[in-house]
Amino acid sequence: MILLNFSIYDFSDFINSIDTWLVETFSPTIGHLIGLVLVGTCFLLFTALLGLSLVYIERKVCAFFQQRLGPMRVGPFGTAQTIADIIKLIFKESLITKQSDKFLFNLAAFVIMMAPFIVLSAIPFAKGLQALDMDIGLFFIISVSSIGVTGILLAGWSSNNKYSLIGAMRSGAQIVSYELSVAISLMTIVILTGSLQLSEIIASQSNGWWIFKGNIPAIIAFVIYIIASTAETNRGPFDMAEAESEITAGFHTEYSGIKFAYFFLAEYVNFFIISAVGATVFFGGWMPLHIGDATFFNNAMDFIPPIIWFFGKVAVIMYFLMWFKWTFPRLRIDQLLTLEWKYLLPISIVNLLLMSIVALKGWHW
Amino acid sequence: MRIIKNIGQYFGEIFHAIKSLLTGMKITGYYFFHPKEIVTQQYPENRDTLKMFDRFRGEVVLIHDSNNEHRCTGCSACELACPNGTIEIINKKEIDPETGKSTKAIDQFVYHLSMCTFCNLCIIACPTDAIKMAQTFEHSVFDRSKLTKVLNNPGSKLMPGIRE
Repeated sequence: MILLNFSIYDFSDFINSIDTWLVETFSPTIGHLIGLVLVGTCFLLFTALLGLSLVYIERKVCAFFQQRLGPMRVGPFGTAQTIADIIKLIFKESLITKQSDKFLFNLAAFVIMMAPFIVLSAIPFAKGLQALDMDIGLFFIISVSSIGVTGILLAGWSSNNKYSLIGAMRSGAQIVSYELSVAISLMTIVILTGSLQLSEIIASQSNGWWIFKGNIPAIIAFVIYIIASTAETNRGPFDMAEAESEITAGFHTEYSGIKFAYFFLAEYVNFFIISAVGATVFFGGWMPLHIGDATFFNNAMDFIPPIIWFFGKVAVIMYFLMWFKWTFPRLRIDQLLTLEWKYLLPISIVNLLLMSIVALKGWHW
Repeated sequence: MRIIKNIGQYFGEIFHAIKSLLTGMKITGYYFFHPKEIVTQQYPENRDTLKMFDRFRGEVVLIHDSNNEHRCTGCSACELACPNGTIEIINKKEIDPETGKSTKAIDQFVYHLSMCTFCNLCIIACPTDAIKMAQTFEHSVFDRSKLTKVLNNPGSKLMPGIRE
């Protein structure tokens, strides 16, 4: 008999009851396998919905930044525009160029989708709503999210097209460089939490988020994280890998139809992931806004479900990233690497040192 | 000393960069929260209220007043000024009723809209300000010959006192 203790505030009982029911109904092995399939399906549905809605939101937001209206024709306020786009992409011919490495060409589209899917498993969406709570969660996210660059390099190489190759190489250089700053800025907060486990990082923010508690180094780390992670996902103003004006569309020049949609979807899922990680580490993930021991205020904030807190924070960070993308002009490739190696990396290393001093002296709250 | 200067320059650059980036973000942020700034026109829906700008060049029109009189003397300055041969002035001889002299007057002011590039040179060339650019823009037709227009109204004549 399935016992559903569904609560919007804590999902762990709900998830556990489903798990117990599956194990009791089927054998433990089959029950766990069904559970895995269920989780995978949930992530598939989630990414599909995320891609659909994010493309629409991004087009709308960028239009408003540029004094335009954005999609307005398909459906009320253009809401069905992305659905129409997806239908178009599905029915388009999937072209493969004659001289391309066909196996790698097809594989690249899946490799590029794999990395964000694996990372999603470690993201805590709400209390108890996390597929994998590893003790090295943050390390796992940092390391797995860079698998995506393999997909980009494969796509660029197998297309047998000079623009694709230049785009892929640029992307490789960019991701390898900016990965350092992302990791170091996240480590700055790990000094304070003392743990890489995402659930513990969130639990440590139950009396205030690290961006407020962590003094000045936390704010510097957050700014560096935002800049470097934007560059890591190849988003504007760092979209050198697909600079339309110089190298057509970079690594996905030769892709069409549904395989092109994979690249597009991977880009948006990565966009969600960097916002989610930023929200988890700096803004407490699903943890409501708490101020120290102010019980009444904390209880009032607890009334809002954690899942809304999480997606609200992610939405705010996404809004800022879109704001950057649609305001700033694109950097040149040498400027891009100068920014990382001469500015962001030295600053983040000094910031790491500064945070260690702050943590040692106990100057944080 | 040089090192201190260089360090100062390094941080100066960072702060200058942040300041200039924030200036750009302020402008786009203002646009985002002020939907009135949107310039997009939703054309078929707002067809009744849409008003084109004064500077918009839709087509050449010959101005007629309420007495069906225009200011065109038939001098062909616009025809000569037009780079694509869009305008053809066909003149006729007319007997002036007051003086009895034979004078030149326009029979047909032919305007080929299909050839016009809306460069405004004819309007500049006109010595009597007889023609102007109108703001109409819905020019699509099913038959190409409909784009050749005669601009002077039937029975119209020259406004008195223009030729002097």
